[in-house]
Amino acid sequence: MSLLQAINVTKSYAGHKALANVSIDVDQQSIFGLLGPNGAGKTTLIRIINMILAKDSGEILLDGKKITASDTQFIGYLPEERGLYKKMKVGEQALYLAQLKGMPKQEAYTKLKEWFDKFDIGSWWHKKVEELSKGMQQKVQFIVTVVHQPKLLIFDEPFSGFDPINVNLLKEEILKLRADGATIIFSTHNMASVEELCDHIALINNSKVILSGEINEIINRFKANIFEVTYKSPKELLLDEDGLTVLSTEKTNGTFNSRIKITGSRSPNELLQAIMHQAEITTYQEVLPSINDIFIQEVNRAKHE
Amino acid sequence: MNKTLLIIKREYLSRVKKKSFIIMTILGPLLMAATIILPAFLADWSEATKKRVAVLDETGWFLEKFKDQENITFYYIYDDLETGKENAIHEKGDLLLYIPRTQLNIPVNAQLYSTAQPGLNVTAYIRTVMKKEIEDRKLLASGIDPEVIKSAKVNINLTTYRIDEGGIEKKSNTEVEVGLAIFAGIMIYFFIFMFGAQVLKGVMEEKSSRIVEVIISSVKPFQLMMGKIVGIALVGLTQFFLWIVLTAVFLGIFQSGLFGGGFPENIMQWDQSGQAIEQSIQAENMGLDKLELVKEIIDGINFRIMIFSFIFYFLGGFLLYASLFAAIGGAVDQDADTQQFMLPVSIPLVFSVMMTGVIINQPDSSLSMWLSFIPFTSPVTMMMRIPFGVPLWQVWTSAVLLVMGFIVTTWLAAKIYRTGILMYGKKVSYTEIWKWLKNK
Repeated sequence: MSLLQAINVTKSYAGHKALANVSIDVDQQSIFGLLGPNGAGKTTLIRIINMILAKDSGEILLDGKKITASDTQFIGYLPEERGLYKKMKVGEQALYLAQLKGMPKQEAYTKLKEWFDKFDIGSWWHKKVEELSKGMQQKVQFIVTVVHQPKLLIFDEPFSGFDPINVNLLKEEILKLRADGATIIFSTHNMASVEELCDHIALINNSKVILSGEINEIINRFKANIFEVTYKSPKELLLDEDGLTVLSTEKTNGTFNSRIKITGSRSPNELLQAIMHQAEITTYQEVLPSINDIFIQEVNRAKHE
Repeated sequence: MNKTLLIIKREYLSRVKKKSFIIMTILGPLLMAATIILPAFLADWSEATKKRVAVLDETGWFLEKFKDQENITFYYIYDDLETGKENAIHEKGDLLLYIPRTQLNIPVNAQLYSTAQPGLNVTAYIRTVMKKEIEDRKLLASGIDPEVIKSAKVNINLTTYRIDEGGIEKKSNTEVEVGLAIFAGIMIYFFIFMFGAQVLKGVMEEKSSRIVEVIISSVKPFQLMMGKIVGIALVGLTQFFLWIVLTAVFLGIFQSGLFGGGFPENIMQWDQSGQAIEQSIQAENMGLDKLELVKEIIDGINFRIMIFSFIFYFLGGFLLYASLFAAIGGAVDQDADTQQFMLPVSIPLVFSVMMTGVIINQPDSSLSMWLSFIPFTSPVTMMMRIPFGVPLWQVWTSAVLLVMGFIVTTWLAAKIYRTGILMYGKKVSYTEIWKWLKNK
């Protein structure tokens, strides 16, 4: 069941196409990674979902219905370029932004206090924003994004500006939000966090979606059937069977590490059998491509097409 | 709660709570009350010290002509100039008036020596007395009795009456009206610019701090723009009301406090002595004139109409200009870029202030009429015309055109604003803005 669908969304600015027939489908209670190089059109798509920009054609459906201006209160948006009123007090500002999202004042106050305590920043309530460090401001900003319990959360580069400890805190919170029922769209260049958090991804390049799907499925789609074997043996492994090719071997302290490609109808088990006769295997695992590799490979391929 | 109301509330409260607003609110009326009261008070106070003037008259024409005044006493000496200086100035600390004999036998030069700057009333009195004496003597020499001239002098007291549409005669006082017209025109210009600049600054701040994207993911850009404009307009009105109330309060305090209640009598005395030395001390009388002016304004000359029209033309003019300022703030990235757009927008406003003289001389001319119809110039021009009385149909035309004007500018500005606030790092040009306007 999908919470948000973009169907053939097209948007062009004066003489420049930002989105060309872009479709994405975000499942309920999932984390959706929106990837792509700079200027690919991710921010434009996010702004269209947020009703900040108007699309030229196509449709955006929230819960199966066409999205309207009043739906923005069900969305929490943390833009990539973000800021707060510098001269305004933290608590006052958070209250204001929560009320703009349609929360009644009293409820906003209670919820904000909870979040401030959870992030251990209760003492900042009466401070002015300009007195906080950038990382501190980011925390406030995150709270403001999620406080109205939106069913759809959109984070654009949420981790930039955070130290590793806070990145972890944020990741945990994002996972918790999903567990509590929220659906999350997550745009980032940090590929490690994509692999860690996302259920689905879509790769946008040059205004088009060039790759999308469930993350494990994509990784499987792009795997090259390469296996990595670590073994103990007096001499280097030799394979002269059809469909099993040693790509590289490294030797460290009497331990060998080889990458072997399986082609044709050969199975990983056959490779294992072939090695077992020659050496004592310590580890044996399939080499899977990283999202980073897939990203670079696909974007480059699109460029040459 | 309606979201636009929330924005209005924030814009209003965040400004009203600022120290600068509170200081301005108190300082403005204080200065206004002070400019009205202080000249009279200072003059009164400086007159308190008595001055003595030694007169060394080589011509002998002015013996006993200088009469002791309230704060000036005269005595005559017959030494030479150097001795006179030594005695009168250095020893006694008085002033020395030296009237040398000239070859033409008509003394038109005199020298006044003192250790400190002599007061204006001293020089004015001396000048008046000498002038009168010489004139009298010249008249006598031509065989005319000065008394004849004196009796021929007439003072014309011209009172102007204006008959309004209801046929009711009303005493009008042009000086008061001119003063009021200039004051109202300048005030509305000042208010539109001051609060318009706040809109510009506020929009730029939201854009450069990047909070704007967070906010327009909750509300429409138009709501944000209008919320800001209306919020700041309310700040302007608050300031205006506080100024009126506080000026009245401060005037009251000054009158009863500084002059211990005896203020009016004091002024009356001053007035008489002022008359005695004719117009020459006009400059010193400024304080008095202003005081009378204010008294007459407060006496109820169109006071209600003035305030009502000020509010209307401030709101109309402000909405018109503020939306343009908001568009500029949204379009530009840096302070430096605002200049090229601010200039053409503010020209009509500055122009209408430059036309002050023309409008006040002929408030009913067709130029004045047209300027008070064009929405860009009407706020200032109409405020200048209203004290003189404007036909009702012209007021309505001007008001309707102003309302239509700000609807159009707001509509255009919203288009520029909406696109501009999300544009960063791009130097905008007029062609670029034209493209935004054409966007649907």
